[in-house]
Amino acid sequence: MRNLAKHALFWPLFALALLLVVNVVATPSFFSIRVQDGHLYGSLIDILRNGAPTLLIALGMTLVIATRGIDLSVGAIVAIAAAVACTYMAGAPDESSAGRAIVAMSMAVGVCILLGLWNGFLVSVLGIQPIIATLVLMTAGRGLAMLITDGQIITVNNALFKKVGAGFVLGLPVAILIALAVFAITAVLTRRTALGMLIESVGINPEASRLAGVRARTITWTVYVFVAFCAGIAGLMIASNTSAADANSAGLWIELDAILAVVIGGTSLAGGRFSLTGTLIGAMFIQTLATTIPTIGIPAETNYLFKAIVVIVVCLLQSPKARAVLNVRRSSPRLAKGTAA
Amino acid sequence: MTTVLAPPDSPTGSPAPRPSRGFTFPTRFLPVIATFALFVGMFGIGSIRYEGFSSPQVVLNVLVDNSFLIVLAVGMTFVILTGGIDLSVGSVVALSTMIAAATLKAGWPAPLVILAVLLTGSILGLLMGLVIHYFEIQPFIVTLAGMFLARGLCYLIDVESIPIKDETFQSIAQGTIYIGDYYITPAVVVALVVLAIAAVVLHMTRFGRTVYAVGGSEQSAMLMGLSVARTKVGVYVISGFCSSLAGLLFSIYMLSGYSLHAVGMELDAIAAVVIGGTLLTGGSGLVIGSALGVLVLGTIQTFISFDGTLSSWWTKITIGVLLLVFVVMQRLFTRRAV
Repeated sequence: MRNLAKHALFWPLFALALLLVVNVVATPSFFSIRVQDGHLYGSLIDILRNGAPTLLIALGMTLVIATRGIDLSVGAIVAIAAAVACTYMAGAPDESSAGRAIVAMSMAVGVCILLGLWNGFLVSVLGIQPIIATLVLMTAGRGLAMLITDGQIITVNNALFKKVGAGFVLGLPVAILIALAVFAITAVLTRRTALGMLIESVGINPEASRLAGVRARTITWTVYVFVAFCAGIAGLMIASNTSAADANSAGLWIELDAILAVVIGGTSLAGGRFSLTGTLIGAMFIQTLATTIPTIGIPAETNYLFKAIVVIVVCLLQSPKARAVLNVRRSSPRLAKGTAA
Repeated sequence: MTTVLAPPDSPTGSPAPRPSRGFTFPTRFLPVIATFALFVGMFGIGSIRYEGFSSPQVVLNVLVDNSFLIVLAVGMTFVILTGGIDLSVGSVVALSTMIAAATLKAGWPAPLVILAVLLTGSILGLLMGLVIHYFEIQPFIVTLAGMFLARGLCYLIDVESIPIKDETFQSIAQGTIYIGDYYITPAVVVALVVLAIAAVVLHMTRFGRTVYAVGGSEQSAMLMGLSVARTKVGVYVISGFCSSLAGLLFSIYMLSGYSLHAVGMELDAIAAVVIGGTLLTGGSGLVIGSALGVLVLGTIQTFISFDGTLSSWWTKITIGVLLLVFVVMQRLFTRRAV
C-alpha cells in the first residue's frame, strides 16, 4: 500500500476514480454505454470525445513543459486552424466535397506548423522566455484568426470534415481515436527511442546537455512545432464538432486546461521528467470534472472554483517543501526514536 | 505570414563593436524613453492623419478610459520586477466589481464596501504570495489557480450582471475635474496617485530596493541578508491590492458588477508592463514605463476608433506586434549587456 501510494500516478488516478464514484452515486446509469446505430453512446464516451482536443494539446504541452518551456499560444492556434480550414471550405463551390476538406485540413495544419516554427524560433534561437515568446502569438493569434474569418462565424457543410470531430469509426468517436493515436505515437517515439531522455535532459539543464552533445536547440524547436501541430488538429476537431469556426471562442482558455492536465499528471513545470500517461489521466480528469459539476446539481459556472481547488491541492502534493512539512508531522515520533538509537 | 514577420536579425548575429562609449546615458531609462517616443510618435501620426486627434482631450480620454489598467499595471510591475508573474489580476478585478455590486445592493455603506473589496484583494494576494514563497511553487501556476478561484467566486456570488445604484458610486462616476477647458475623472487622479506612490516606494524605500535585488538574483539577495520572504510575499499583496483597487475603479467606470468583466485583462497588464520596458526576468524596469505602456495600448484603441475603417481585431494584432518588437529588443539589449 505504501509503495502504491508512492507511485507517481497514484494520486491522479485516485482523484479520477473518486470523481467517477461521485458520478455513479449521483447518476447510477453513469457507466452504462448503449449501442445506437452501430455507435457507442454514454457519459463515458462523451467524456472521451469532448476531452480529445484538450488531451491532444496536453500531449504536446507535456513535451514543451518537459523542456522547461510553456506554450500559451495554443488556444490562439486552435482558433487559427479552425478559421483557415473553414474559410477555405466555405468560399468554394465544391464546399462539401471530400477533396476540398482534405486540402483545407492540410492547409490548416500546415499553417499551425508554421506558427509552431515561429514560436520555436523565438524560444530556441532568440532565447526569449517561453511565457513571453508565446504570449506574443496568444495576443496576436486571435486577432489573426478574426482577420481570416473577417470577424464572422464561418459555418461549413462538409461530410468528411464533420467526421473529424463528430464522426464514429468502429463504434468509437473519431476524435478520441485520433487523440489516442497521437498519444501512442508520441509514447513510442519518446519512450522506445532516446528522444524522451534527450527532451528530459534539455529540460533539466539545457547548457549541460548541449555540452554533452545533445542538440538542445533543435529539440526545443521541435517540441514547439509538435505542440502547434497538436493544437492544429485539436482546432480542426473543435471546428468540425460545431461545423463552424468562431475566432473568438474556439479554444478559449484551452491552454490553461492543457497546462492543468499536464500538472495534474505529475509533470513538473520546472522541466525534466514527464509522464504522458499522467497527462492522459489529467486530461480525462478535467473533462470528467466539467461533466460532473452540472450532473450533481452545482451550476456549471462554478467549474472554475473546483479547478482552482484541484490545482492548489495537486501543486501542494507535488511540492517537495509541502511534502516535507507533511512528512515531518507524520513521522516525527519515529524520527525522534531513530535519532535516539 | 510568419516568415514575413520574422525580423532580420542576421546583422545582430555578428557582434559589431560599439564605436563610441563617450556619451554615457543611464541605460535603465532607455526602454522607457523608447516607449515614450513610441507614444509621442503614434500621437504625431494620429494628429496628421485624423482631424481632432491632436486635442489634449484625446490624451486625457486615453487616461480616463484606462485608469484602472494603469493601477493594474503598477501592481503587475512590482511582481514582474521580482521575476514573478500574476495571472490572477483580471479575475480579481471581476471579483472586486462583483463584491462591490453585491454588497452595495445589500445596503452596505460605500466606505465599508471599498474597505471590504480592498481587503479581499489584498488577502488573496497574500495567500498566493505565501504559497509561492513557502511551498516553492511557480508563480505561474499559483496565480493561475488564483485566477480560476476568483472567477469561480464571481459566479458563486451571481451569474447575472448586478447594476450599481449607490449614490456615492454614481456621483464619483459622474464626477469630472476640469483642467482649463479639458477634464479628467476622479479615477485618473487615483491612478496617478497610485503611480506616484509606487515610484516613491520602489526608489526611495528599503522595500523597493529589495524588490530590485530579489529580481536581480534571489540567491544573492538572500546571502546579503535582505528580507526576501517579506518582499516576495509583499509584491503579491501589492498586486492583489492594486487589482482590487482597479476593480473598484472599473466598477465605477462600468457601474455594474459582472463575472465576465475584465476577461483577459491580465494579458493587457502584462503587455503594458513589457512594452513599458520592464524585463520579464526581473530586476530591471520602471513603473512609469508601465503607465506609458498602458497609454500606448490606449492610443492603439483610439487610433482604431478614429479611423473607423479598421476592424477591432487590429488592436490585438498591433499589441502582439509591439510586444514582439519590445521583447526582441530587450533580448538583444540584455545579450549585449552580458
